[in-house]
Amino acid sequence: MTGPGTQSQSKLVRWIDYRLPIFTFMRHELNEYPTPRNLNYWWNFGSLAGIMLVIMMVTGIFLAMQYTPNVSDAFDSVERIMRDVNFGWLLRYLHMNGASFFFIVVYVHLFRGLYYGSYKEPRELLWMLGVIILLLMMATAFMGYVLPWGQMSFWAATVITNLFSALPVVGPKVVGWLWGGFAVGNPTLNRFYSLHYLLPFLIVGVVGLHLIALHQHGSNNPLGIDRKGPQDSIPFHPYYTVKDMFGLGVFLIAYAVVVFYFPNLLGDTQNYVPANPLQTPPEIVPEWYFLPYYAILRSVPDILFIPAKLAGVLCLFGAIGVLFFLPWLDTSRVRSARFRPVFKWVFWLLVIDVVALGVCGAHRPEGLYIIVGRLATLYYFIHFIVLFPVIGWLERPLPLPTSISAAVTKTSSGPLAAASSVEKR
Amino acid sequence: MADAAQSKPMDAHIHESGTRRDFLQIAATVVGGIGAAIAVWPLIDSMNAAKDTLAAGAPLDIDLSHLQPGQQIVVLWRSRPIFIVNRTPAELKTLQESQVTGLLRDSQSEANQQPDYAKNWHRSIKPEFAVLVGICTHLGCIPEFKPAPGGDLGAAWPGGYFCPCHGSRYDLAGRVFAGVPAPYNLPVPPYNFISDSVIRIGENPAGSAFNLNSIEQL
Repeated sequence: MTGPGTQSQSKLVRWIDYRLPIFTFMRHELNEYPTPRNLNYWWNFGSLAGIMLVIMMVTGIFLAMQYTPNVSDAFDSVERIMRDVNFGWLLRYLHMNGASFFFIVVYVHLFRGLYYGSYKEPRELLWMLGVIILLLMMATAFMGYVLPWGQMSFWAATVITNLFSALPVVGPKVVGWLWGGFAVGNPTLNRFYSLHYLLPFLIVGVVGLHLIALHQHGSNNPLGIDRKGPQDSIPFHPYYTVKDMFGLGVFLIAYAVVVFYFPNLLGDTQNYVPANPLQTPPEIVPEWYFLPYYAILRSVPDILFIPAKLAGVLCLFGAIGVLFFLPWLDTSRVRSARFRPVFKWVFWLLVIDVVALGVCGAHRPEGLYIIVGRLATLYYFIHFIVLFPVIGWLERPLPLPTSISAAVTKTSSGPLAAASSVEKR
Repeated sequence: MADAAQSKPMDAHIHESGTRRDFLQIAATVVGGIGAAIAVWPLIDSMNAAKDTLAAGAPLDIDLSHLQPGQQIVVLWRSRPIFIVNRTPAELKTLQESQVTGLLRDSQSEANQQPDYAKNWHRSIKPEFAVLVGICTHLGCIPEFKPAPGGDLGAAWPGGYFCPCHGSRYDLAGRVFAGVPAPYNLPVPPYNFISDSVIRIGENPAGSAFNLNSIEQL
């Protein structure tokens, strides 16, 4: 199991493996990699995210062969992809909607980690690498959205780059540097294109670290208890490769339905109007996956001596930044919310809160939306900074099962069931 | 280093701190590190505005002789829309009425959003000609020219600019109303009259050194 070489019959495979242990590596990380036997379908979303990354990179590379990053040609080159390039419409719709589906998958993955305490010891770095991936994804998605050079592209770029002008002292300098000119223009489009191409490869690198950290201690599981022996785990391949493939099939159906039947459902019609620096669209709204953050940005009023604009920017970045500290903000030693009677419900408050923020982000900050937006922003931070430690201290968790196998083989007597399952294997 | 020396007394002569080897190691690391940091600067600076981009931002002459009272023209200077309005006597009168100035956040132009030569009730050199950077100080949208009082902006609307993005309002001198998201008045760019009816945007009158980048909020 640990020795060099491979069990393969093929001489060629053994020859290669002796020099480049790629087959040993694959066997170790797939066939031998012990995975908790009780993972549910929420655990599909990690591999789905990896597959979405590949789909985005492949479609993106082929789109790049047709796209022209120049303010006078960018919009038309995208329309040419849609009308004249063979299967250009498919590539673009896959890529455009792929961004949305990538975020759906990653958000589910993130909330799964929150619910089952996957960020807790010894997976703190695994979690933090995930937050870094999220940040890189957000930057990539934002810059990608600018490339078609439609109205929303241009004005989103203007509004978001202007956020940095809120920084004290260096703000205007930083913004001018981001633009490479006096406003969002051709230099901005060019650098966004360059970075939009670069960042996915950085994501691949961080995903590699994410997987190394994952395989160090293996997956968490719905019970949140450690594997205690071979009776608690099954090999990743074929058991979870099959389960992941099934989930992928279901996911791809949903993706295909949107791509083929509702390709513009998640987009903004304003982005089919060419960018016009002299005409602001009636409403500047980001893509749906940024709406909660946008609501936070716009809801925050003046805080003490910090002006509203800077406070909004700080809270926007703080909303992601706080995730880095979750492993230490959560004081409970029990991972899974299944055994945390209070946390379990508070988790759903967070889900509701984020949805409420999303709704507020889609509307002008007026009347009820500004009140709800402010309360939801406040709750978001209270949830992590106050409720996480306090619930951990006060809550009395339910008794944990003795082992994964004891919990999943639900016969009358736990230990016996565990023993019998060992025999079966 | 000290720990290593204690745990391995055999190698003490190598790991002792303050040796020639330590010095060379630190010096090489520092010099290499500084060199690498300096080498990054050309990369960062290459992203700043290029020479031709800056040259395209040279001062711009506009002939205002055809601009009728009540009209606005928009010109592009440094990729920014510049609003030039020929304000009517009635509009100029409105700018001074106390029931209008009472609604403004900064009616006296206290915030540094204009050159000194435009820090007056009409925020301009000649009272009738307003010259403003047409970018909302909230998040950079372009306010709409709504010179007519009343209408769908409410009976109290005195005429001015309305930002469609988040509802910020300004009067015809670019002064922001209180209670809207925009924090500051619309900026006034540097400009001067090179003849009676021709203005040069981007150049101060003699004796002034106003720099648009020094204002509170563009």
